Amino acid sequence: MSILVDKNTRVLTQGITGAVGQLHTRACREYGTQMVGGVVPGKGGTDFEGIPIFDTVEQARKATGCNATVIYVPPAFAADAMLEAIAAGIELVICITEGVPVIDMVKVKAYLAGSKSRLIGPNCPGIITPGECKIGIMPGYIHKPGDIGVVSRSGTLTYEAVYQLTQLGIGQSSCIGIGGDPIVGTTHIDALKLFNEDTKTRAVIMIGEIGGTAEEEAAEYIKQYFKKPVVAFIAGQTAPKGRRMGHAGAIISGGRGTAADKVAALKAAGITVAASPADLGSTMKSVLEGKH
Amino acid sequence: MNIHEYQAKQILGRFGVPVPKGQFATTPEEAAAAFTALGQPRAVVKAQIHAGGRGKAGGVKLHTVANDVRDFAAKLLGKPLVTHQTGPEGRVVRRVYVEEASDVARELYLGMLVDRKVGTVSVIASTEGGMDIEEVANKTPEKILTEQISPLLGVSGFQARKIAFALGLKDKQVGQFATLLAALYRAFVETDASLIEINPLVVTKDGRVICLDAKMSFDDNALFRHPDIRELRDANEEDPAETEAAKYELSYVHLDGNIGCMVNGAGLAMATMDIVKIYGAEPANFLDVGGGASTEKVAAAFRILLADKRVKGVLINIFGGIMRCDVLAQGVVEAAKQVKLNVPLVVRMEGTNVVEGKKILADSGIKVIAASDMADAAKRIVQAIGA
Repeated sequence: MSILVDKNTRVLTQGITGAVGQLHTRACREYGTQMVGGVVPGKGGTDFEGIPIFDTVEQARKATGCNATVIYVPPAFAADAMLEAIAAGIELVICITEGVPVIDMVKVKAYLAGSKSRLIGPNCPGIITPGECKIGIMPGYIHKPGDIGVVSRSGTLTYEAVYQLTQLGIGQSSCIGIGGDPIVGTTHIDALKLFNEDTKTRAVIMIGEIGGTAEEEAAEYIKQYFKKPVVAFIAGQTAPKGRRMGHAGAIISGGRGTAADKVAALKAAGITVAASPADLGSTMKSVLEGKH
Repeated sequence: MNIHEYQAKQILGRFGVPVPKGQFATTPEEAAAAFTALGQPRAVVKAQIHAGGRGKAGGVKLHTVANDVRDFAAKLLGKPLVTHQTGPEGRVVRRVYVEEASDVARELYLGMLVDRKVGTVSVIASTEGGMDIEEVANKTPEKILTEQISPLLGVSGFQARKIAFALGLKDKQVGQFATLLAALYRAFVETDASLIEINPLVVTKDGRVICLDAKMSFDDNALFRHPDIRELRDANEEDPAETEAAKYELSYVHLDGNIGCMVNGAGLAMATMDIVKIYGAEPANFLDVGGGASTEKVAAAFRILLADKRVKGVLINIFGGIMRCDVLAQGVVEAAKQVKLNVPLVVRMEGTNVVEGKKILADSGIKVIAASDMADAAKRIVQAIGA
């Protein structure tokens, strides 16, 4: 088992002929993901290295039976690409694009409510079930099949956590990057709910960062409902107030969203918080060995 | 991106939000002329800097004579104004705003922002105008009213009335407020604002509801579709190193420590700052070179780091996913040719093309301290600067 994606997932690429779309469609296919189609308006009927290209998501859905789509289109067109995928009824929509205007996401989020789609991202690395299906830009080789779930707002910091686990011989069930923007489709809590139900996932690493209150809400959820051990880390302990730290969502505003507040909320919920980003793997190891 | 008060008022005025008449000036003579042109018996002269607390700091004053306006403007212009938001060095005043005075009966608070918890634009209102709203929220949360705006419907009449009555407005003021709120929301959405703060929103003695102060911030991600707003950027209000970094699409934030950090990815960049601190030193900056950085971009990043005289050592931490370690290494070598590297450099690389990257650095003749992992990297740079 795993969450959201496995060897049966059939994936579409929106923006398959752009440089980023090409690079990662190829890498995902090499990893073993079923890349069944692409969408580029005006290029329908052609193909990318044997993968058929369609003008619209609706056509692609009918022809390929895809149940997931990954979006690499530029920020100005990303919201429209998400709306198109949701309208076509694609079950899982993953938007990698960084720099989507937040007002666009307000609209996408409203359209998403009541639809049957789940959105991951934007501004995220994607999702991977090691050994089965990789959708997104993460380097596949650092992962190892196993039973630890990973959920994170960051890309490279997730790779860091995964790499530490793999170095220690600990594999992952699924790793999901939820994205660094203020408004994202899937939150920490949404991902935790999936990991809670997944019989294969034994424990979870949750990586948060400054800004907003998603980690505090996740802590409350974990305390009440989550049945598995959680190891957490919050990035940005040294970040100043009022400054955006790269991610559009990583900003301490109005004195809220500090790392200290988040760590306190997590600890109060009985969650093991790694003090250093270098200790994510080793902390999980000792939790699994019952030392925490 | 932030803009000045007078610019915010110009934008809001265009959307039909009621603001007092005014004109900005860059010299004392212009300020006096602006006063005369307003043709009102009294005017307020306000220092224009990107920071609050100007009134308490002596940057805002009421005048009735053109000569006094000139003298007051002369006192402000070209000199730093220190408020509780500027830090001890203050901000240099380069413009003043001369605005018709209003007879204020009541001061209220009105704000609009993207509420990330619910994913909508929300209105925040309070009867406690002219105060620090964060303080009001902490001490008397019952005095804060929040209302979410549906992106599909916009501001509904009942929502505007609900807020108006909660603010104690009556009679014609309720209708005026509803019109103002709808215009404010349109301005917010159509300019891709991230924050509008009207503090205070006032009721005048003759019963009008107007915006006495205005602060607007914009979503950096949406500036591509607002070239007119991008023009309003005031480089004087920004750190020169950050402006330089922005040219190369590098995400850089200047901090007070002495370890320069170059990292790919925002989360890893923050985590790298954190681990520097754990090992007893302070980061000099946040710097995310991004996912697909080119050699040129990495070289620019390196130059910017080394231009900071406080930097006593540089830590590079790269986890190559899209970013290839060989590209990074090439960039560092290029930059080291251009800038004399006279501080210790620790490099930790992992991921795509790591072997090639390490070889490029080893063959370059640059003195590089190689680190095996994040903790090792932090330990080595702190040792190297002798902190």
